[in-house]
Amino acid sequence: MDETTLLDSGLMTHALDLRPQAPIKLIIQQSTAVLCPLVATRVFAGFPSPAEDWTEGRLDLNEYLITHPNATYYVRVAGDSMSDEICEGDLLVVDRACEARDGDIVVARVATEFTVKRLRKRNGQMRLEAANPAFSSLILDEDSDVEIWGKVLWSIRRH
Amino acid sequence: MTIFALCDCNNFYVSCERVFDPRLIRRPVVVLSNNDGCVVARANEAKVLGINVGEPVFQIKDLIKKHDIQVLSSNYSLYADMSYRVMGVLRDFASRIEVYSIDESFRQLNQRDRDLSGLGRAMRTEIYRQTGIPVSVGIAETKTLAKVANHLAKKSQTANGVLDLTSSQYHDCALERTPIDDVWGIGPRYAKKLIAQGITTARQLRDLDLKWVRENLTVVGARTVEELRGHSCLALEYCVPAKKSLTCSRSFRRAIENRTELREAVSSFTVRVGERLRSSRLAASVVTVFAETSRFAAGHHYSNARTVSGCATDTTSELLRRSLACVDAIFKPGERFKKAGILLSDLVPISPLTGRLFDEPEWHRSRALMRVVDRINANFGRDTVTFAGCGQRPRWQTKFERRSPRYTTNWDEILVIA
Repeated sequence: MDETTLLDSGLMTHALDLRPQAPIKLIIQQSTAVLCPLVATRVFAGFPSPAEDWTEGRLDLNEYLITHPNATYYVRVAGDSMSDEICEGDLLVVDRACEARDGDIVVARVATEFTVKRLRKRNGQMRLEAANPAFSSLILDEDSDVEIWGKVLWSIRRH
Repeated sequence: MTIFALCDCNNFYVSCERVFDPRLIRRPVVVLSNNDGCVVARANEAKVLGINVGEPVFQIKDLIKKHDIQVLSSNYSLYADMSYRVMGVLRDFASRIEVYSIDESFRQLNQRDRDLSGLGRAMRTEIYRQTGIPVSVGIAETKTLAKVANHLAKKSQTANGVLDLTSSQYHDCALERTPIDDVWGIGPRYAKKLIAQGITTARQLRDLDLKWVRENLTVVGARTVEELRGHSCLALEYCVPAKKSLTCSRSFRRAIENRTELREAVSSFTVRVGERLRSSRLAASVVTVFAETSRFAAGHHYSNARTVSGCATDTTSELLRRSLACVDAIFKPGERFKKAGILLSDLVPISPLTGRLFDEPEWHRSRALMRVVDRINANFGRDTVTFAGCGQRPRWQTKFERRSPRYTTNWDEILVIA
């Protein structure tokens, strides 16, 4: 593996981090904020640790939530047009690399504003539907100035 | 034969802003330099209004009002992150790319890839899909020609962002349409010299006698001519060459007229550049400080620089001793300083164990202190601990009054959507 592959896979930052006091300038990326050792670093004076051969990286939530790191953005929800599915204050994990299909929740640009809605594709017609019945849907045609900005993969809420 | 592709983001800073603020789409937008001084990036809609890069913002006040131009401070945290994303997508296409600047990178293509423009279009589509940044791709036999192709890909309607110059019938026409000062490697001085000789296009440059070129434009010029002829002289550079110098400079929001304030400003630059020096594991022996008054004020302009050298060092305290000595030599009462900066040169690699012949204990104490300070600042944020000489609430500090939120690097500033 060359350096770029190592960096891409995240192995490089792990490896560097094992050096004491290394003033590493991590390039901003969404990967692995919590870095865990790949090997046990403590050396026991008496008996070697029986767990030595079994050390693994700790579970990483980024790995679970993010498929395309370069295309993943975070968005905060304001308003209740998608309640009860998505609530005000939720943190959305938005992936621009995923293709949005019928039924997906998306972030869309409608003219000069962003909105979070459910995408409906039926009989060649596309609609942006609110989950909250108090809001009307937006029917899209060739003339609408609408762009699907990204697909909402996760909404994160603190309970 | 190798083939190069140059992928260049269109109006990168403006494009980054537009990804997160749709109100900026299809409107004239400019991004300003540090301190909101000059224009550093323009949307196409602002280019057609005749706004140039480098123009001081006060000189285009009327244009801004008349055309309702959107003016933004530079948001470097955003641009750096978006650049990293764009390069990341490109790495999915080719594991080895040369990141040439924040918004440009080269990669090599295989001759086996028969549909080169198809590949270029795929890169363009994928980068836009994942990041929202539009790019142009120029493809040719040499890096210099790939640059030419990229320029034209941006300008030409039919190219639609991708131009493959390897089919040679376009070569002459493309070079004909490239002004001499747009040729990669031809600086303003050579451009002037060539234009004086009646050589105004890349095609004319290519067809010059190599001997004449070597005599008048040195081997560097000759290499450019060879590259324009399709003979590759410049390979991809995967590794960043070791830094030869480090610099930090700013223009001031308000002119500085007293010595203490100038010392504070230069101290802050010294602290910054010292951090970068240590994170690169380098030490510097030569410290140069420069300061100048406004270039735009009528008549009088004062500009001066001083250099102090000594043992190679990487501690901020030693750097400060030298940089402040420079300030004292440069400062002149009555001058209104608008810009200053520091340059460290003669850089050498250094390790934690590097010793000193004379002041050994002092040297090790001072370096240990810097390590602690750097770690505190890395954990708790820039300037948590700093030198008192930097001043408390500096009035000269950079202004970013119209900076957009740092959408991708700060939790408090992410996009909010209703």
